[in-house]
Amino acid sequence: MNVSHDLGIWVAALLTLFVFSFLYKDNPLYKFAEHLFVGVSAGYYIVLNFWTVVMPNLIDPLVRTFTGVDPVTHAKVVQVGGPFAGSIGDYRAWFLIPGILGVLLFVRLIGRGEWLSRWPLAVIIGVYAGLKTTGFAHGDLVAQVQASLQPLWTGDLWTSFNAIVFTVGLVTSLLFFFYSREHKGALGVAARTGIVFLMVSFGAGYGYTVMSRLSLLIGRFQFLIEDWLGIK
Amino acid sequence: MNLSALEKLDRRWLFLLMGLLTLIPMFFPLGLAVKPTAPVIAFHDTIAKLPNGARILFAADFDPGSRPEMVPMMKTALRQLFDKRCRVVVTCLWQGGSGIVDETLEAVVAEYRAKGVELVYGRDYVDLGFKAGNEAVMVLMGAGFVSAFPQDQRANATASLPIMREIRDYSTVDLLVNIGAGYPGTKEWVQQVNSRFHLPMVAGCTAVSTPEFYPYLQSGQLKGLLGGMAGAAEYERLRNEKGSATRGMDAQSLAHVFVALCIVAGNVVHRAKPKGGRA
Repeated sequence: MNVSHDLGIWVAALLTLFVFSFLYKDNPLYKFAEHLFVGVSAGYYIVLNFWTVVMPNLIDPLVRTFTGVDPVTHAKVVQVGGPFAGSIGDYRAWFLIPGILGVLLFVRLIGRGEWLSRWPLAVIIGVYAGLKTTGFAHGDLVAQVQASLQPLWTGDLWTSFNAIVFTVGLVTSLLFFFYSREHKGALGVAARTGIVFLMVSFGAGYGYTVMSRLSLLIGRFQFLIEDWLGIK
Repeated sequence: MNLSALEKLDRRWLFLLMGLLTLIPMFFPLGLAVKPTAPVIAFHDTIAKLPNGARILFAADFDPGSRPEMVPMMKTALRQLFDKRCRVVVTCLWQGGSGIVDETLEAVVAEYRAKGVELVYGRDYVDLGFKAGNEAVMVLMGAGFVSAFPQDQRANATASLPIMREIRDYSTVDLLVNIGAGYPGTKEWVQQVNSRFHLPMVAGCTAVSTPEFYPYLQSGQLKGLLGGMAGAAEYERLRNEKGSATRGMDAQSLAHVFVALCIVAGNVVHRAKPKGGRA
């Protein structure tokens, strides 16, 4: 046993134990850890956002454009074709437009002129709707439909069995979500079969979720035992 | 047998049992078998089949919240890639993740240094760090990695790095390796890059998102898949490593058996109750 002398590890270990103490019952130590986490996270992400999003993507390019000096390296920047030339890479004065749109998002906090915040929102929603739609069409719709059309008899008993189970599961699960007719007769049988397949998928999902959550617990225990207490 | 006692059981006993079942195997390992499954073997073999010196885009999209699942698989994947002298470009689209991704990368590089193998930053590997924009960054990278990431994690101009002259955009990449814990992650890389740019791809993800990605594996969009800590442990087994995922699998297995028993017991107690007593 070789207990850590690192203050950071001690803080992390004690906060971990404070959080675990909630499993016994709610208590001031847990509340302290909870509030500390919320406050530190909020502060950390605000600072992180400023230095990893606003500065490199907006302020630095604008400073480079209008001063001709790189704010990171302090080197002179050669600008051909003026600040609005698209050929000069990331230091384009065009960043003024997303900059203004970004500021307009905060107009919501002021009562009057709240409607102005809809413009940047419209741009965000429009761009992401376009990206998502084409991405989904490429990656999911076409590719998945194509992959679903498989031969039921492949010459190999096991793969053929898999293909049949897959096709039955696909068709019956889809039929379960067909609500234009009452689930009676053949449709009822198919829908009930579909439920079985859906239940199996929910069960698999639950099992994997348990695994994920246990992994976090195991990770914390490994931290306490190996990093904090130094037991290898 | 009086099952009503079970119904009134203080759940803290279950927490205690779960804690002990997770903790004890860490002190007294049971050595339960870890057998690699087909998706993990496919992940391993896809990398194994790459030529030496292949060009890799390594998208590490996670933060410290998913460390126990993501870090072991990232380390093992990097070791397999560096063993083949692959050149690796690492990116991160998770704001809180660039620190842990860089730390993991450097930990693996330090292992090689300790073995006398010098991996040179900027020539053999580079960490481009975090870039905000999710899918927009993925699409932008199609026009050139340098334009999407003008600076790397260490504030070097990426255009000045030798590795970036060879690995310029998706057409110059042999394989995309994604270790992703959620959004943006495997799904977005499949939708925006694998499908549009036809870039071969393998992925490692958290267990909770694994079922969502099996269709991509079945359709061949993903060449291999590591699912959670179990996937990481199977991968370590294939590489003959004994990392933190393997060490955690005994606890994982025991805890799963316990959860299954609790579900069975809960159902038995519920069924045994008089009908009038049911909610």
